[in-house]
Formats: sequence, structure tokens, C-alpha cells
Amino acid sequence: MQRSDTLFRYTCLGGAALALLLLAGILTQLGMHSAPAWQHFGLSFLWGSDWDPAADSYGALPHILGTLLTTGISLALAIPLALAVALFITEVPEWLGSLLSHGVDLLAAIPSVIYGMWGLFVLVPLMQEQVQPFLAETLGLLSLPGGAWLLGEDGYGSGFGFLTAGVILALMVLPYMCAVMRDVFRMTPPMLRESAYGLGCTRLEVTRDIVMRYGVRGIVGGIFIGMGRALGETMAVLFVIGNLMESPAGLYSCGTTIAATLANNFAEATGLQQSALFALGLVLLLMSFGIQLLTRYYLSKRGENN
Amino acid sequence: MKNRTAFFRKTADLLLNLAAVLSIALALGGMGWILCTVFSHGCSALSWELLTAPSKPYGEAGAGVANALLGTLIMTAGATLLAVPPALAGGIYLAEFGKQSKAADALRFCANVMMGLPSILVGLFVYALLVVPSGHFSGLAGTVALAIIMFPVIMRTTEDMLLMVPDTLRESALALGMSRMRATLCIVARSARNGLATGILLSLARVSGETAPLLFTALFADTWPEDFFTGPTASAPVLITEYTTNSPFEIMHAMGWGAALVMAAFILTINIATRCIFHENRH
Repeated sequence: MQRSDTLFRYTCLGGAALALLLLAGILTQLGMHSAPAWQHFGLSFLWGSDWDPAADSYGALPHILGTLLTTGISLALAIPLALAVALFITEVPEWLGSLLSHGVDLLAAIPSVIYGMWGLFVLVPLMQEQVQPFLAETLGLLSLPGGAWLLGEDGYGSGFGFLTAGVILALMVLPYMCAVMRDVFRMTPPMLRESAYGLGCTRLEVTRDIVMRYGVRGIVGGIFIGMGRALGETMAVLFVIGNLMESPAGLYSCGTTIAATLANNFAEATGLQQSALFALGLVLLLMSFGIQLLTRYYLSKRGENN
Repeated sequence: MKNRTAFFRKTADLLLNLAAVLSIALALGGMGWILCTVFSHGCSALSWELLTAPSKPYGEAGAGVANALLGTLIMTAGATLLAVPPALAGGIYLAEFGKQSKAADALRFCANVMMGLPSILVGLFVYALLVVPSGHFSGLAGTVALAIIMFPVIMRTTEDMLLMVPDTLRESALALGMSRMRATLCIVARSARNGLATGILLSLARVSGETAPLLFTALFADTWPEDFFTGPTASAPVLITEYTTNSPFEIMHAMGWGAALVMAAFILTINIATRCIFHENRH
């Protein structure tokens, strides 16, 4: 091996090692800067629900619950949608399928701040005037048991809040989930599929019993990818969540998420509040890291044990 | 399996097909709706002044968004310059040297995790890394934040693109007596250059619309990006955020829509153009 080759190899290794360095750097910086908050509040920071800069008392619970709720709503909406879209793309003729999948991919290219603007100026009024009364009255959700808890006492909202944020997030995570599911559906051996059709199965039965069962790990992996996206999305949520430092009180209520709190308060925060915000960031980092682990677990084993 | 009548099975199948068509209509319709909104609001706000004058506090005449657009351009270009060389090197390492070794797997995993990290956390990191020690927000900090977001994306696409180059090509180059470096750079990377360019352009388009990492690194300013290295610098996404969430004035909303239209046009053009070019080259 020539000397220039050795040099080249180590240069390349250096570039790759930057990934590890940056990740470790993010973890240590967030850990260091959040240390005062952990020292002051201990682990009870995680289930404290105050956010009071005047009293210097901070808790993460409303933010964590808000993050989980928006993520949950967006996944509930996006999973069936992504499955159906991926199915449609793999079943139609190839030229149409590739055109449509490029179209869906473009959804991921639109900047999140534009989703946010659209949400604020189009979706929020629409939710307030049409969708929320429709859900509460026409569908009668309010009179169902638990309906008052879900939608608030009178079933009317301001249009802002968790449901609106969830709807926008669903549209934003759809392309990521759909891309994985599309690949999974394409990986089903044609022979299995054709055999099932040959036995007289309908498309629904082939999809349900062959394709989805064959690619179940990939589908789960795709869902986790979408979850990771929804968890950390900042701008689109910030525009429509209402930014109220309170735990969620139903789908129509306003609240906040970890990312939205960071975006809103960080630039002006000092001292203990800033440290508490760093601690929130650390919580978000760990949540997102856990989801990445699960994603990798499901996606890397894909196909191996089938 | 339960016994079902043919009618039940066919109806269920029909419902599935209907659901699939509805879903894709919903997804593409949602996108069309968003783009139409941006287009109709943006076009009515668009003017020569908007595109050439810097932003000003509310009430002053002759305000535009040009400084923010220029700021975004500089930051995106700077981030590309910062991120591309190490990312290409890293991708080459994963594809050519590391392959399936433990170290390469670990680094690949790190890159994957970084790709999935919420971008606002990168903003926090750069704040702690650059803004706190230097004592001021700066365009440079924003550039670094964008570069950190770009880096893992380009590294992974580089690896994927290099792996698509057939091994026979590598072997022929080495058999001709080329050094490993020359074979990689002049033969392998060269034959994958379309894919590499696509990856770089797509990630460039993506970070140009990123807002969250700029909120507490580059911040915002009503000036041209003169003190890029020492002071807050305007960028289009942050301008849109400021003007739509923190301002009750119609005129500022309109300017936000104008900036959004320029951003959307820029990003969609890059996306569609690279997809078309890459698509043609594959056949």
C-alpha cells in the first residue's frame, strides 16, 4: 500500500468519525448545560408540572405529555393513510406508481415553516368553524362516554391545539412512513403474491395475509421513523399548538410540546430557566434516541428471518 | 380462515381499493392545497420592492425581504461548503474501507441517529458550542448548525451511491496499477457523480428551509448580512416565523407569504429538477 493511500484512508476515517464526535458532543453539551436543573430539581423535574420563571420552578410533565399526545394523534391519522398510499403505489402500473411516489416524496421537501403558515392561516380557521363542531355535534362524539373529556365541556375549540397540530404532523410524517412501507411491499416475492391470487384471494386478502405479514417488521420500522419525525418537529407545531404551558386537557385544548417550548422560550431564557430548557432538550434527545434504536432494530433485521 | 360469501369478500376488496384511492387523493390534495395557498397569497404580495429591499420594522415604507433571502443563500452555501468535504470522505470510508466492520457499523449507526435527531436539538448544541463562548448570535453559528444537519444525510447517500458502482470497475482500476486513492476518486466517485450531486442538492434544498436550528443561533436582524460573523443575521424561514406568529399586521403576513413563495419555488425547483435529471440518467 502506498503512503498516500494510508493517508487517504485515515482522512476518510476522520470524516466518518465526525458522526460519532458530533453525536457525543450533542449529548455532553446538553448534559453539561442541563446539570444545574437536574441538581436543583432532581428527577422530579420529569413529573413536575409548573413552569414559573418568577418562582424559578420548572417541570417537564406538560411538555412531555403534549409531545406524546401530538405524536399519538399524528400516528393514528398517518398510519392507515401511509399503508393505503403505499399499497396503491405498489399496485398501480409502474409509470404511475413512480410518478405518484415522487409526488408523495415532495411532501417531505416542503419546509416545515410553510406547513406552519398553512396551518395557521388555513387549517386553524377551518378546524374552528367546520371540523370541531362537526366532530362534536354531527358525529355526536360529545355525547359519547368520555367525549366531554376528549373534546372539552362544550365541544368547541379555538381551532388551535393538539388536534390541529396532529393533523399537520400526520401530513408531514406521511412521506417518510410511506417510503419505507413502499419498499417493504415491493420486497414481497412475486411468487408468494401470485400464488395467493392463483388461489382466488382478493387484493385485500393478499395484502392482509401475504404482503403485510411478510413485511411486518418493515412496517413497524416505518412507523417508528414517522414517530421520530413527529416527536421532534418544531415549527409546524409551534404555529398551531397554542403555546400554553399546561398539560393536555383533551383534543381541542391548547398546550405545548418540548420542541415548541424550546423554540418559544430559549432565546430569552437565562440562568435556571435556560438550564431547565436544556434539560427538556436532553429528554427529547433521549426519547428520539430510543426511537432510533427501535427503528434500527426493526429495519436492520428486515428480511433476515423471513 | 373464516368462510365468507363471495359478495362480502368482493365488497371488502372494493372498500380497500376505494380507501387507497382516497388516501392518495388526500395526500396529494393536501400538498396541492398547501402549494396553492402559498402561490395565491405569495403572488399578490410579490413585487420588485419585496425582492430587493431589506426588511424594516413595521411602519417604515419600502420594506422587503431581500436581506433574509440573501442570508438564507449565504448560510445554505456556507453549510454546503462546510459539510460536503467531510461527508464525502465519511461516505467513502463506509463504502470503500469500513464496509461491514464493527467500526463502520457503529459510525453508520451514529449517522442514522443524527439523521433522525430533531433539528432544534442541533440548534441547542450549536448555541452551547458557539454562541455561549463567543457571547453573540451570529450567521456563522447558523451556518454551522445547518452543516451539522446536512452532514449525516450526505454521508449516507454518498455511501449508498458508491455501493451502487459495480465491483468490477474497482478491480479493473486497481489492476491497471492505480493507487486506491486514485481508483476511488477518479473511477468510483466519478461514475457515481450524478448520484452524489443529487444527494448534495436534495440535502441543500432541505436545510435551506430549516427554521428551528436558526432560532437561537442566527436569530434575526433587520439589516443586510454585513456582520455575518459577529452579529444576528436574517434568514427567510425565521423571517416567515417572526412575521406570521409575532405580528398582527396584514402587511407583514403578506410579506411572509411572499418570502414563503420564493422559498417554496426554490426548493421545489431543485427537487423536481434533480429528480428528473437523475431519472433520465438511470435509463
